[in-house]
Amino acid sequence: MSAVITVNDMNAAYRKSEVLSNVNFDVNAGTLTAIVGPNGAGKSTLIKSMLDLHPRSSGEVAFWGQRYQAVKKRIGYVPQRGSVDWDFPTDALDVVMMGLYGSIGWLKRPGKGHREQAMEALRSMGMELYANRQISQLSGGQQQRVFLARALVQDADIYFLDEPLAGVDAATEHIIMNTLQQLRDRGRTVIVVHHDLQTVEDYYDHVLLLNRTVIAHGATGDVFTTDQLVKTYGGALRWLREKV
Amino acid sequence: MNLLSYNAQWVLLSTLLLGMAAGAVGVLSYWKRQSLMSDTLSHAALPGVVIGFMIVGSKQLPIMLLAAAISALVGAWLVQTIRGSSRVKEDAAMGIVLSVFFGLGIMLLTFANRMPGGGQSGLDHFIFGQAAAMVQSDVVTMMLVAGIVLLIVVLLLKEWKITLFDASYAQGLGFSVKMMNSLYTALLVLVVVVGIQAVGVILLAALMIIPAVSARYWSNSFSIMLLLSVCFGGGAGVLGTLISTWGKGWPTGPFIVVTAAALFVVSLLFGTSKGLVTVWYYRRRKTIEKQKYALKAVIASELGEGAHQ
Amino acid sequence: MSYSMWILLTASLVGVCCGLVGVLLILRRMAMMADAISHSVLLGIVVAYLITLQLSGIHMFIGAIVAGLATALLVQAFNQLGVQQEASIGIVFTTLFAIAVILIATKAGNAHLDIQHSLMGEITFIPWNTVQLPLLGAVPWAVVSLSAVLIVILLVLLLFYKEWKLTSFDAIFAASIGIPVTLMHYLFMTLVSLTSVAAFDAVGAIMVVAMLITPASAAYLWTDKLSVMLVLSCSFGVISAWGGYYGALWLDTSISGAMAFATGIIFMISFVIAPRYGIIAKYRRVSPTQAFSR
Repeated sequence: MSAVITVNDMNAAYRKSEVLSNVNFDVNAGTLTAIVGPNGAGKSTLIKSMLDLHPRSSGEVAFWGQRYQAVKKRIGYVPQRGSVDWDFPTDALDVVMMGLYGSIGWLKRPGKGHREQAMEALRSMGMELYANRQISQLSGGQQQRVFLARALVQDADIYFLDEPLAGVDAATEHIIMNTLQQLRDRGRTVIVVHHDLQTVEDYYDHVLLLNRTVIAHGATGDVFTTDQLVKTYGGALRWLREKV
Repeated sequence: MNLLSYNAQWVLLSTLLLGMAAGAVGVLSYWKRQSLMSDTLSHAALPGVVIGFMIVGSKQLPIMLLAAAISALVGAWLVQTIRGSSRVKEDAAMGIVLSVFFGLGIMLLTFANRMPGGGQSGLDHFIFGQAAAMVQSDVVTMMLVAGIVLLIVVLLLKEWKITLFDASYAQGLGFSVKMMNSLYTALLVLVVVVGIQAVGVILLAALMIIPAVSARYWSNSFSIMLLLSVCFGGGAGVLGTLISTWGKGWPTGPFIVVTAAALFVVSLLFGTSKGLVTVWYYRRRKTIEKQKYALKAVIASELGEGAHQ
Repeated sequence: MSYSMWILLTASLVGVCCGLVGVLLILRRMAMMADAISHSVLLGIVVAYLITLQLSGIHMFIGAIVAGLATALLVQAFNQLGVQQEASIGIVFTTLFAIAVILIATKAGNAHLDIQHSLMGEITFIPWNTVQLPLLGAVPWAVVSLSAVLIVILLVLLLFYKEWKLTSFDAIFAASIGIPVTLMHYLFMTLVSLTSVAAFDAVGAIMVVAMLITPASAAYLWTDKLSVMLVLSCSFGVISAWGGYYGALWLDTSISGAMAFATGIIFMISFVIAPRYGIIAKYRRVSPTQAFSR
């Protein structure tokens, strides 16, 4: 399997303090990877730095051997839910169609075909009945599903998701992880900042343990061990399942 | 205005105290993250000032100030209500109150200017400020109010510190955050209402924002920031008023603001804590020190090797 | 066209221009930025006047755009230096405005540029200041400039409608799919500057703020569709303009003040009676559960 993403010697700072230092890792196609680490470990910053949303102080990131700007259209990003104004006059269908704006291009209007695509994405998330609901009328889980539908409609080859399961109900978690696994099975590459240590082994085939630098990265079975977790979390980890 | 005249000295004293009070409350506003609320309140005070005049029929400062305070408080209440009871956000709520109240004020002003005694009202001075238009009784009122504001800020220094920094923690320790908030609103309204005579409705916010931000560049300590802001505000108040006396009929407000802005630029560049030039200078020194050290190390190792040969 | 028809046309154009720009303004949470820019453009106008010694004309617009962009850039700069957003805005616009007032009070000294006018506008003078146009004859300059600005706003808004929608809603996502968010931000600031300066003559600085923010906020309470919000905002702007004008005539008071107040009245009415987002509607929704809790 070839590496679709390579990160070399990446450093990033946030307001004069080093948040990420010496980050090196490769990701192969057709994998579902969890980024795991304590608060302040730089997980969100890692993704943002890779996507040119946050300045890197050094290092290189390559997607299929190319710069991010050259292959932007093939990469999807689902940011944390906090950054949006829920009172904005827009409904669920509208939000999903926004995912197509990149491919519709400047000056053109979204057409019937685009509407269909958006509805299809909503359907796959179980949200077709809410297509015309204004977004503040949706629950947290429903909102998250809409944002995932928006990402799906981009039909990207690589997906980055930042804490997609934060504050969602069990049904939504199920749908989301199912969808991500299906994407992986179809050969796409999915990278998720995951906040719940207890479910990592259930969902992900690869794990990247991060605490300002990469502590370990690889197949879940190899990397997600008590030792490595202690290294990542320091003494902060109260509970630890004993590995049999 | 003859500088040596008795009246002139009183006016200068009052703008000094006003500037000091504005500087003090301005620091509180900054840490409450509500810097532009003073702008909203000062515009909202205008209808009150005019109504106060219209009720009495002549310029009676205490009544006008009282009416201005009520008007400003109504404005503040409306901002809260609009923000709290609808999807309209705080910045829009502030903009609505600011502009609508000001529009109402202008409407009322045209009425007042037609009333007998309207031409002497000096109401127009409330737009850009005219410290020289104050008579002695005005000055005394202003000084009293400014003095009270300063006193309250200074006496409750540690209460301000703790409730501004971490309100929930302060609450847990037994401080009444609600009371401090009400007190803050009262102080804000007081400063706005006495300030608009000297600086005017439109520019009052400047006197409450600029000295406070300038102080940041000289210190990280809350108390010192407060002290410096008070000094900068007072300084700008006096200097600005003085400068405005050079021309006939020049409004005092803009000159006070530009003086404050000049102090800000100096602080921004040369302030000892975060001033741009200061930071650059220390970085340069650090780099030069590092280079010197490295050079010494190289020389030492060269000499060392030489000795071993 | 009669005297009052020109005035009403001018006021309506202000209502529509501000109504359109105002919607994006409040959705992007830049209401206070609009307050700032509408004050700073005065400095742009004054400097343009001092350089060219001409009052109308394209120079005013250029001065205004420069002032508006300078405001946006300075606020951004201070923000990045660690000053809070609101404080940055406060420092920049008050200083620029104060400088403008000083320049007017000292140098310019001519009756042409007086402070009252710049604050309150003087819509009653509009019909007298005309330019000659082919086919149409003598048309007030304000009508010409406002119409031109309206066309620019409509073009920019409609051509890039979906991009405006997305950058206002979710700038981070927009950036991730390749939309130049920063460029659009400064383009928008330019639109605000243009609108401010065009409306200046008619309603003055403070009222521009009222026209930009209040009708759009009122429209916000009536609908969940952006397109409807735009139409409503313009309508409310025009209604305020007409209502304000006739109200001022009736009460014999400042026209621009009355227009600003009229926007407030429309907003208050919307605040109370709007079907889903007004206060009455909210209380109606709450009471069923209150009934249960008794």
